[in-house]
Amino acid sequence: MRPLVAQLRAEVTMIFTNGETLFLTLGIPVVFLLFFSTVHVLPTGTPHPVDFLVPGILALAVMATSMTALSIGTGFERGYGVLKRLGATPLGRPRLLAAKILAVLAVELLQAGVLVAIGYLMGWNPGGPGGAGALVGEALVAMVLGTVAFGGIGLLLAGALKPLVNLAVVNALFVVLLLLGGMLIPLAKLPTWLADVSKVLPAAALSEALHGTLGHASPVAARDWVVLAVWAVAAPVAAALTFRWE
Amino acid sequence: MDHADTLPAGGAAAVSGVDEVAVECDGVVIRYGDTLAVDRLSFTAHRGEVLALLGPNGAGKTSTVEALEGYRPVSAGTLRVLGLDPGRDHAALVKRMGVMLQKGGIYPMLGPAQVLHLFAAYYADPEDPEDLLDQVGLAAARRTPWRRLSGGEQQRLSLALALVGKPEVLFLDEPTAGVDPEGRIVVRDLVTAQRDKGLCVLLTTHELAEAERVADRVVIIDKGRLLAEGTPTELASGTADGSIRFSTDPGIDTAALAAAVGPGTSVEEERPGAYRLRLPTGTATPPVVADLAGWLAERSLSLGDLRAGQSLEEAYLAITGAREEPGPDPAGPTKRGRRGRGRRER
Repeated sequence: MRPLVAQLRAEVTMIFTNGETLFLTLGIPVVFLLFFSTVHVLPTGTPHPVDFLVPGILALAVMATSMTALSIGTGFERGYGVLKRLGATPLGRPRLLAAKILAVLAVELLQAGVLVAIGYLMGWNPGGPGGAGALVGEALVAMVLGTVAFGGIGLLLAGALKPLVNLAVVNALFVVLLLLGGMLIPLAKLPTWLADVSKVLPAAALSEALHGTLGHASPVAARDWVVLAVWAVAAPVAAALTFRWE
Repeated sequence: MDHADTLPAGGAAAVSGVDEVAVECDGVVIRYGDTLAVDRLSFTAHRGEVLALLGPNGAGKTSTVEALEGYRPVSAGTLRVLGLDPGRDHAALVKRMGVMLQKGGIYPMLGPAQVLHLFAAYYADPEDPEDLLDQVGLAAARRTPWRRLSGGEQQRLSLALALVGKPEVLFLDEPTAGVDPEGRIVVRDLVTAQRDKGLCVLLTTHELAEAERVADRVVIIDKGRLLAEGTPTELASGTADGSIRFSTDPGIDTAALAAAVGPGTSVEEERPGAYRLRLPTGTATPPVVADLAGWLAERSLSLGDLRAGQSLEEAYLAITGAREEPGPDPAGPTKRGRRGRGRRER
């Protein structure tokens, strides 16, 4: 237990002492939520953009932490030989992985708290499908599935690419998925072919699941759950099979 | 140096408990694709001993050490560390070994105190991180992120991390590379202290002076092959041109001394009071030194500046340099040269 606790503390410390990571995981989501709730320039399709933005930006926050931040950090640890060095200690890979997962969940908990609080301050009215109330439990399941899926993608890239290449790829992927993932711009505003592509990607599946449980959209389509679940299995498995520790 | 009259054969080792093999490398072959990095390498290292793997860059030192650390499989041969298989018994071994990688391996944004406390938490019964910080002289830089430490400070932190788990065997890959002279003394003293505590220390270096200073035994390798093995003294005298240099009073009877040492010996006074004693090839040096000392003592002459053969540096250059000589066989001249010399050493 002591090695896991120490490692978790170190992982969390590194996330909160790294400026870029903080900007990515807290700065961007908070600024987007405040700005686009106030300045109504996005075609959110609702009279109160904040009702669309809170679920969308929660999805964005999950993606930023579990994919982008985890991948960049792990990629550099690999590049610096940290992962290799840890391989010669009794920490072991399972505990290292557990510490990283717990650190990501801890950051997400903080993000969700901050974003929901800001959402309420900005007048968010969590509707749930047909105004029947938010489905918090299902939203949490979606966020955990999303975390596993994005974490798998992040580690897949971190374990294969050079740290600086990974940094560029993961940031580019973040921007593309942010635009195509129904987080700021509803999928309905995309051309049909692009929306069809988006719907098989984990970003759209997660944001649709959150819009369907916490927003005013129609209930979550079965397809979104399936897409999310498939990514949550396939991505970590691919990462586990291909990850190179040095 | 001759303990034969006070101890039974092999007794020196048995008495101090240093004869226990801690690291064993037997006929090890390591390949990367078509490249042969390590070629039938065999050696052992014991508890209470510092063994240096000495060789130029690309000799196969790091490949060997990393195979012993369990990082890479061997293509042939067997490895044993504390009686365990580094690959199969990795989980058991990591609790008992300390590792210093050639470079990096440390979180760049964490300071020495944070990293040492973190690593200490991995082990059931670690050293006190604060003691270690003092020992490696990093107490003042305890909060400086790793990336802002000097090269020497980074190496010393890496060494402290290797020690924090109270290991029984230490693998140090180029521990003094990039370390300033003061830092080197710290590293050497720590290595020697671990050896005296009974640890087996296996380190790699491409610097002769370092091997000569810190190692009890040296294994010289190049192109993945063992070229020579022995104590620094043995290696230096082993490849010598069979000569012993010494100083005493000027004008001694060189012919009488030569006759006293044995047939085929010649003694020359190179400068007044500085002599060179040439031996027939294959003569063991220690008995000759004893004869020499005895002969001088009988005449109440002092013996000074005794140097059997050459420095390790001369030996090293002679051994590794041999591969540069064109050999008689155009198909494999370099190999011939190296292996011929290497065999003679063993």
